[in-house]
Amino acid sequence: MTNDHAAEIDKHVRIYITVFVALMVLTIVTVAVSRLHLPVHVAVSVALLVATIKGSLVACYFMHLISEKRLILAVLALTAVFFVALLALPAVTHSNGFWIH
Amino acid sequence: MDIPYTVAVRRDTGLTNGKIGIWLFLASEVMLFGALFASYILIRTGAPSWPRGDTILNVPLATFNTMVLISSSVTMVMAWASLMRHRLGTFRLYMGATILLGFVFLVVKYFEYSHKFHDGLLPHTNNFLAIYFTLTGLHMLHVAGGMAVNAYLLGPGSKLWKTNPEWFTNRVENSGLFWHFVDLVWIFLFPTLYLL
Repeated sequence: MTNDHAAEIDKHVRIYITVFVALMVLTIVTVAVSRLHLPVHVAVSVALLVATIKGSLVACYFMHLISEKRLILAVLALTAVFFVALLALPAVTHSNGFWIH
Repeated sequence: MDIPYTVAVRRDTGLTNGKIGIWLFLASEVMLFGALFASYILIRTGAPSWPRGDTILNVPLATFNTMVLISSSVTMVMAWASLMRHRLGTFRLYMGATILLGFVFLVVKYFEYSHKFHDGLLPHTNNFLAIYFTLTGLHMLHVAGGMAVNAYLLGPGSKLWKTNPEWFTNRVENSGLFWHFVDLVWIFLFPTLYLL
């Protein structure tokens, strides 16, 4: 094992610890905000925003997406398109009665 | 015949087959949980009233479990980093901790479930509980599945380290990708079910 390689891993480990602390703090933030009993649409927006930040930290650093090959990013981009379409389905049924009156 | 591209990367993908395989699997998992999240949105927005999760569920226990699962993601990635540093002993410690934390998560869920059952709160009681048990039940199966693979890699699977350490390290990385995904799903399940 070269010194460069060891230094690189040490750098990664420091990042993992930082992300761990951030995730713990954000978990406490999520619970604390829920105790404020904000209006539903504000509460949902804040909770999903914090969850998205936490999820992005896990995906980017623990799952190494920040330095991953383009093919995997392309697969995930395609998945994201279908995922958004899937989550949008309930909204369509509630909009202008295109499917449900 | 040896399994191809377990260590060497394919020229066309730039990846090992295991890496692209686990990511395609995770893409299908995104759609599986996505379908259930979409169902949740449809059921909730279509309901005349909907309870706040914290009036039915135990938020302190779930907060504890969130921290347990986040910690297990860190120990998992540290297990992989230990192999990158060629330290099998440290890998065993971190991998053992990951499995143990997964077990703690399941034990806490067992107490949560049994408390609900004791109070007569069952999946058929109402739509909130139906979607709660479906989502958390499926998630628990994923935790159990990840623990089984990690236990294999800690036990008999670790023999591969002696003959082909790079391949073993890649296996641990791929198992880790699944484990982090399970953590990621919980990060969204927790506020959705317990806090909103």
